[in-house]
Amino acid sequence: MKAVKALILAFLLCFASAALADVAVPPLTGRVVDLTATLSADQAATLEQTLKDFEDRKGSQVAVLIVPTTQPETIEQYSLRVVEQWKLGRKKVDDGALLIIAKNDRKLRIEVGYGLEGALNDATSKRIIDEIITPKFRGGDFAGGISDGVDRILKVIDGEPLPAPKPEGEMPDLSAIGEYFPFLFIVALVGGGIFRAIFGRLLGSVIAGGGVAAFIWFFLGTLSIAAVGGLIAFFITLIGDAIVSSGGGGRGGYGGGFSSGSSSSGGFSGGGGSFGGGGASGSW
Amino acid sequence: MRKFLTILAALASLSLTNCGYNAIQQNDESVKSSWSEVVNQYQRRADLVPNIVNSVKGFAQQEKDVLLGVTNARAKVGTVQVSPDVVNDPATLQKFQQAQSELTGALSRLLVTTENYPQLKSDQLFRDLVAQLEGTENRIAVARNRYIKAVQDYNVGIRTFPNNLTAMVFGYKEKANFTVENEKSISTAPKVDFNVPPAAAPVPAPAPATPAPAPAEPAK
Repeated sequence: MKAVKALILAFLLCFASAALADVAVPPLTGRVVDLTATLSADQAATLEQTLKDFEDRKGSQVAVLIVPTTQPETIEQYSLRVVEQWKLGRKKVDDGALLIIAKNDRKLRIEVGYGLEGALNDATSKRIIDEIITPKFRGGDFAGGISDGVDRILKVIDGEPLPAPKPEGEMPDLSAIGEYFPFLFIVALVGGGIFRAIFGRLLGSVIAGGGVAAFIWFFLGTLSIAAVGGLIAFFITLIGDAIVSSGGGGRGGYGGGFSSGSSSSGGFSGGGGSFGGGGASGSW
Repeated sequence: MRKFLTILAALASLSLTNCGYNAIQQNDESVKSSWSEVVNQYQRRADLVPNIVNSVKGFAQQEKDVLLGVTNARAKVGTVQVSPDVVNDPATLQKFQQAQSELTGALSRLLVTTENYPQLKSDQLFRDLVAQLEGTENRIAVARNRYIKAVQDYNVGIRTFPNNLTAMVFGYKEKANFTVENEKSISTAPKVDFNVPPAAAPVPAPAPATPAPAPAEPAK
């Protein structure tokens, strides 16, 4: 028994992460994520409101992240990981930007999405960092430096022609269901066959249809698309054993996980924008 | 009869994957497009070089050797043939990588030389160019990482069963990847070294004397 316990302990230790493990990307709890308590609650709230108003007006998503350190990675490597996970900016427009500060490393960076690289290019980002932000940081005024820097960044982005923001409550785009359609088709075919075998033709079809509808509704949140999907699954199961051919093109690429087409209720989430490593870094 | 049908259904859903043929095509295209991006970013850097050389010449024309070195390295980069076929040919990729790292070396030597010219360092145009160069180096690093990942996905795709059978039938080989040796020498470079890539040069920019250039740059 002791040997078993020792073995289990040894096995669990395999997963103990060393002190040199990369810094985890923090969850996107809002537009201002401050892990070092540099900003007071008021300052963070004002900043959050400024950024939110900007997004509502212009459509572009800008966020601020303050971490203690990014070691062992460089701030460029870490910041890219963050924006690839947060996906700031709208999909295909790629109008996201991140101001990241590594407080203990005394380094900062402005990470710029593909769509903003026209106005907020490398030289401009470097100037904002050197002329506006770091002088204040050197004087110890972090809140002032960040807010001035953000104001300037927003002014620069204002000069970039971007598509107007979508009004609230739009229909979620159907590209999400498109990605999953082949997958659901296979599930309906195979699963439907099983249901049909167990429950008989009609009941099996109803269960398969209901199951698929529930699945779609859970992930997309719209009853109409769920109903359509359920109906398709129902009919596939009903006449499924007459369809044997493989037909159809192969599965579409599933790269990238969920596409966030729908407008989320409250909360702040990235819009699916992508980044290419543009921007500038600085230190103080 | 039912058993036969369930087996048939299972086989049908399996063949819906086309035995990996479509997946191979997608990965292949992904490799091609990420390679184009790599070339794109290297080209962007090459386009910056004449501006940088001119800007430095304005203040430091006596540094003829260094300036000539950069100009020659850039010319050499222009002669290396780059086409989408490079991803299939490790030798050409190696040549390309070699030429680019020579340009990297020449640029870093140039930037170190500019340390001696405070007037040049405070020139706004020069600082903008250095900012653009650093940004481009970062973009190159990102593009290379994405290319490496795309090649990895592709190679894994054609080596795992059952898709390796499809790959064999259609003659798909592994794609070329960036070699490691360059990256090793750069990532272990000591703090003050003339061969450190220019991306370590954020220090010369207006910040007052900071202790040492940034350590370990992203993989070159």
